[in-house]
Amino acid sequence: MVSDLNSQKNDIIQVKNLKTFFYGKKKFLQRERPVVKAVNDVSFSIRQGETFGVVGESGCGKSTLGRTVIQLLKPTEGQVLYKGLDLSTLSADQMRDLRKEIQIIFQDPYASLNPKMTVRELIQGPLDVFSNDSRSDKLAKVRKIIAAVGLREADLRKYPHEFSGGQRQRIVIARALILNPEFIFCDEPVSALDVSVRAQVLNLMKDIQADLDLTYMFVSHDLSVVRFICDRVAVMYLGKIVEIADKHALFEEAKHPYTEALLSAIPVPDVNVKRQRILLEGDLPSPYNPPSGCQFHNRCRYATKYCSVAEPALTQVDGEHYVACHRYSAPEKMKTVS
Amino acid sequence: MEPLLDVRNLKVEFKIDKKWVAAVEDVHFQLKAGETLTIVGESGCGKSVTAMSMLRLLPKTTAQISADEILFQGRDISKLSDTEMTKIRGQGIGMIFQDSMTSLNPVKTVGKQLDEAFLVHGSVDPAEVKQASINLLREVGISSPEQRYKEYPHQLSGGMRQRVMIAMALAQQPAIIIADEPTTALDVTIQAQILELLKKLQEKSGSAIILITHDMGVVAEMADRIIVMYAGMFVECSPTKDLFTNPLHPYTRGLLTAIPRKDMDIDRLNVIEGTVPTLTDMPKGCRFYDRCESRMERCKNELPPLYTRGESSVRCFLFDAKDGE
Repeated sequence: MVSDLNSQKNDIIQVKNLKTFFYGKKKFLQRERPVVKAVNDVSFSIRQGETFGVVGESGCGKSTLGRTVIQLLKPTEGQVLYKGLDLSTLSADQMRDLRKEIQIIFQDPYASLNPKMTVRELIQGPLDVFSNDSRSDKLAKVRKIIAAVGLREADLRKYPHEFSGGQRQRIVIARALILNPEFIFCDEPVSALDVSVRAQVLNLMKDIQADLDLTYMFVSHDLSVVRFICDRVAVMYLGKIVEIADKHALFEEAKHPYTEALLSAIPVPDVNVKRQRILLEGDLPSPYNPPSGCQFHNRCRYATKYCSVAEPALTQVDGEHYVACHRYSAPEKMKTVS
Repeated sequence: MEPLLDVRNLKVEFKIDKKWVAAVEDVHFQLKAGETLTIVGESGCGKSVTAMSMLRLLPKTTAQISADEILFQGRDISKLSDTEMTKIRGQGIGMIFQDSMTSLNPVKTVGKQLDEAFLVHGSVDPAEVKQASINLLREVGISSPEQRYKEYPHQLSGGMRQRVMIAMALAQQPAIIIADEPTTALDVTIQAQILELLKKLQEKSGSAIILITHDMGVVAEMADRIIVMYAGMFVECSPTKDLFTNPLHPYTRGLLTAIPRKDMDIDRLNVIEGTVPTLTDMPKGCRFYDRCESRMERCKNELPPLYTRGESSVRCFLFDAKDGE
């Protein structure tokens, strides 16, 4: 198994054969309930102190994966180990205690802050729930954290609507940090922000990670942002991981045809860069009815008959570089099987 | 050669708390036939408002548009009556909006809406309109167009809906197409398809395109010339190559280095400190003053005009002969 091959002592999260399925309503004369396999047999591990990126297009299951990892969604099958502890076996009380260490930053800073609460109430909220500190100790902590994220003392009395998008995301980050977490799941944290503000928030996230020794799981559709902030990256397509690699290996020597196409599709803000675009035909297939064999075969320029029959497993190609493609796991069969 | 579009001193004001506040002012630009001009800037900088105001697509009760002249094919469209303006829309200047789901009518089939685009101006014989629509759907790269013609917008994917929007804009064969963030709501692989399609169609039809976007990558790929907007004003207008190799305005320089890249490792992003001033509280002098690294004393109280440097123009005192280079 990939996760076993890849697992090390300093893994903070280990995900083993994780599946999250969503079931639809059975229609008249339908034999089975329609199912969307949003996360379908995914295994990987995240190391202490690193930023693990998950990229893919909308609907590929990247957010669902993150939410399942931090147990906001119950997995259909499989395990998530946090520091060796199987999260699905924990009682509600144990899980609640663990929530202190596991935090989340959502995409939309407009929707994730209660408009009727002041910044102080918002940031202090987690402390009120989890700690027995005195009022003044709590305030001291809040003050320390807002200084760290670049907000001012006077901001504590204000309400979310008085801030711009970037400032709000700082409040969200401050709230996520107040309990001294170890692991933060970041779900597209900068997608709603403008370029100049995005740069501020990304730098801030990098700084506090170094200061506080945090581990991030960073979900994004923007590969340029991922290259900036992540150490290792997983690429998802229709609920499966098709490639995992160190960011340099992934961006310089992508192996999976989907990763290649995805990378080549990103416009580069530079007129001197040569463009060699691989245009993918068609749209993402419906997740209710994914293609057989390799799910990417109908859009892949290398696909042969074999790809539509057999599903490729995630295979090690080079050091920590794993890819799910028959070109690496069964090249002879691609030529011969018809 | 006479420019296709020549905008002189365009200003748009909005009514906020019973006061008129300028959202966009001092806008001057020219568009040549067949050219792709992009307007780039962050949210709220007035790029969409500029485009909408030229077509008078803003509500009259809350928006007030004024301009010395907006010459389209030599004719001043800023003084036209509303009925005359209707003829310009679509036929002369077409528009592609960002959000195809809200721009298309959800209770009419795609085909019916496309037919309408043909019929409004009576350019196609009603008996042949269905065939014309199907042909156009095929041209914008929609597979099995006969089938899609009968479907409703929600049955199409985001990329396909955007193709329908492009088809509707093309139906009238406009001289100018204004595309307002046409790919922002799409995934990158689909965005690549749509940009490719726009380029191909432009080559074929020779339309000029005004492309509005916030994505510098899209700009580098599509534009011939670029206008950078900040807080309701043009700060720089340059040919694409010049803007990326030698950006003039401090804001443009800051913007270009604040973008993470897929093709290089960056340890820290350049940051433009602070935030954009609000509409109701614009500084008297240069609007970028608070955030500018090369600000001078006079920038605080004096608004810089547009200075010309070769093919570029820039709104910054650094380029004033007296102070600058």
